[in-house]
Amino acid sequence: MSADANDGISRRGFLAISAATLGGVVLAPGIRLIEIAGARAPEQAASDKVRWGLLIDTNKCASGCEDCVKACALENGVKSTGHARTDPQWIRKVELKDLRSGRTHSVPVMCQHCEHPPCVDVCPTGASFKRADGVVLVDRHICIGCRYCMMACPYKARAIVFQDVTDQNPDVPRGKGCVEGCTLCVHRIDHDRQPACVEACTKAGHNAMIFGDLNDPQSEIAQRVAKYATTQIRADLKLNPGVRYQGL
Amino acid sequence: MKSNGTGALAGRIARAICLLALLLPVLAFASDRVPKPVISIDKPGRCVEDTETMRLEHPDMLKHQRDQTMREGIRTRQRSLKECVGCHASTKTGSVLGEKGFCQSCHDYASVRLDCFGCHASKPKLATGAKP
Amino acid sequence: MAESFVYRELGGPSPRYWGLLALLAVPLALGAASYFYIEHYGHIVTGMDNQIVWGMPHVFAVFLIVAATGALNVALAASVFGKTAYKPVAPLSALVSVALLVGGLALLMLDLGRSDRMIVAMTHLNAKSLFALRVILYNGFLATVAVYFWFMLERRMNRYIKAAAILAFLWQLLLVTGTGLMFGFMVARAAYDSVLYAPMFIAFSSAYGTAVFILILLATCRWEERPIADELLRRLKNLLGIFVGASLYFAALFHFSKYYVARSHDVGQFLLFDGGVYTALFWLGQVAIGAVAPLALLLRSQVSSAAIAAACSLVVLGGLAQMYVTLIGGQAYPQILFPGMVEASSFFDGEIHPYTPSVPEVLLGLGGVGLTAAIVAVALRALALLPERLDQTAGPQA
Repeated sequence: MSADANDGISRRGFLAISAATLGGVVLAPGIRLIEIAGARAPEQAASDKVRWGLLIDTNKCASGCEDCVKACALENGVKSTGHARTDPQWIRKVELKDLRSGRTHSVPVMCQHCEHPPCVDVCPTGASFKRADGVVLVDRHICIGCRYCMMACPYKARAIVFQDVTDQNPDVPRGKGCVEGCTLCVHRIDHDRQPACVEACTKAGHNAMIFGDLNDPQSEIAQRVAKYATTQIRADLKLNPGVRYQGL
Repeated sequence: MKSNGTGALAGRIARAICLLALLLPVLAFASDRVPKPVISIDKPGRCVEDTETMRLEHPDMLKHQRDQTMREGIRTRQRSLKECVGCHASTKTGSVLGEKGFCQSCHDYASVRLDCFGCHASKPKLATGAKP
Repeated sequence: MAESFVYRELGGPSPRYWGLLALLAVPLALGAASYFYIEHYGHIVTGMDNQIVWGMPHVFAVFLIVAATGALNVALAASVFGKTAYKPVAPLSALVSVALLVGGLALLMLDLGRSDRMIVAMTHLNAKSLFALRVILYNGFLATVAVYFWFMLERRMNRYIKAAAILAFLWQLLLVTGTGLMFGFMVARAAYDSVLYAPMFIAFSSAYGTAVFILILLATCRWEERPIADELLRRLKNLLGIFVGASLYFAALFHFSKYYVARSHDVGQFLLFDGGVYTALFWLGQVAIGAVAPLALLLRSQVSSAAIAAACSLVVLGGLAQMYVTLIGGQAYPQILFPGMVEASSFFDGEIHPYTPSVPEVLLGLGGVGLTAAIVAVALRALALLPERLDQTAGPQA
């Protein structure tokens, strides 16, 4: 917008620009390029009207492909120290084989961001918490490193940092003695970007992962979940995770 | 029962130690072993508040802000720790830590433990690609 | 009331006592050194990893805490259930209970990933967390036992003993139930996920606590030859026998139900037959050494303090074995994300996890035990907690 009110945009011009903007934003009924509902100003708090989720189509997940895993490690500064058993892994590919049918799957598993997270229930200090928009996080300021959440998580989603950490990504603070896990890349999604794993998968052309607002009926993820059969891992535990899978 | 002699001697030794302990604060004035803090503002511009306010209240500001950012997702740039580090990191070392680091030199002098940088990056993000 | 008992502090020559303290200082010092070592370098120096997250310090800590609640049973038998024969040893029972709890809690606090945040642990409490609730329960237990203890020692307060004892009893039940349910409510791991943990831990606590108490009682009386009546020993022996029997019952019920029910059959099979070291520790440690052999010693009609001491030691060893199987074995068995499927991943899904206790962990655990022993030793020397002679019968209402 120009500072001078007098010259610059005429009435015709103004109408033209508005029409173009609206047209650019609404391509076809029901599908929008920009998720206007999801856009949140930085001063605004997260709202429980939103429920972030992931949809992973395992039919498109190749065994041996680790694009999401590598992207997550790069984004969050999780480095391998050569000790596989103590290195944190925020996301991993689980290779499955069905005993009865012989069918195999390759499934990326990360924190499932449950609606009723057992890790939040058991945390003695309340460091493990669920944000209003459904993201389950660890408040490392009050985490005492008791590892009870690691015991309680059915998905083995969490890890504890066993050694000093240096050269952290300024967007992702992490340090020794505190428990950590997939954050759904809150530092990205709060600025209307995609989690690193989803972005990497899309960029590489696999398109196996979708991120979006499960509560928004217009979002791609909500429409797919309504249309196709999806499952949750260990749905019998009734934790209602925000991560759903197709093809399992 | 202990004999009177050993008891009295023990009492005298204990009193002497207590007296010496009370004199320890004198050492505070004794030497310049702990270097005075080096406060060098490398980058121009104003801080969030004036110096006196910052000195007094930065722990509370950080604590209040961290809960807002962590638990509510409020990410105003002005009061984020990242912005503090981005501005106050030394242009020589690139960090707020180190002997003459902005945060560390004051904290060393005041003998207050810095817990932040066990987890938070003490160096600003390199300007490659996406902004915070 | 008839006070035919004269209570006296632990006597004996000073050098002998200071020698005992010096001996106890060894595990304390090693435990402290291990703590600082682990805290400085991080848990990478221990044998714990992202699957076995609670290691040897927790094995010792949970044992000490579980035993702590049960060690009060003898005192409660006297004050709540009117078994006057136990009255003379009630203060010692309360002391042992407190000492065990302090040792166990210290171990839990020292094994934290961020032990510098102990104050945070005590000031930020999540209302829904059983772990947080236990913080309140432990401190409350210490407080109720302290009050009960005070009422026992202060003659003017003797008439309120029963009230304090009933409160301590209820609190004890609540505490050990909470400890059991901490495991029992973890649906994530197949070896836990069972409400039976609550009564099972009540039985375990009674057995381990009473065994530790009897050992300390016998050791204290041997220290300066305070005689104990055979009648008292017989009662204690039978009491321990009941508790050991109950523990065996609940353990059998638990493992059988895991094995029998299809949903948990795999983990039941693992614990009972396929678990390697865990199976060995269960059958040899928990069952044979911890239950069958002690019962054989305790159910004999003749009273022999040597046999009783041996039985108590076996119960303690069996208890440590049981804690290892519960804690480590329960973690070694993987979480099942996809039932009916074989899992493999870079994060070691789907496989039984190995665990080797490291030296710092074991030393830290022994340090906790040392702390308990030191508290008992110091308190016995400073306070008159045990009668000079335990071979007289108590008065009718004493």
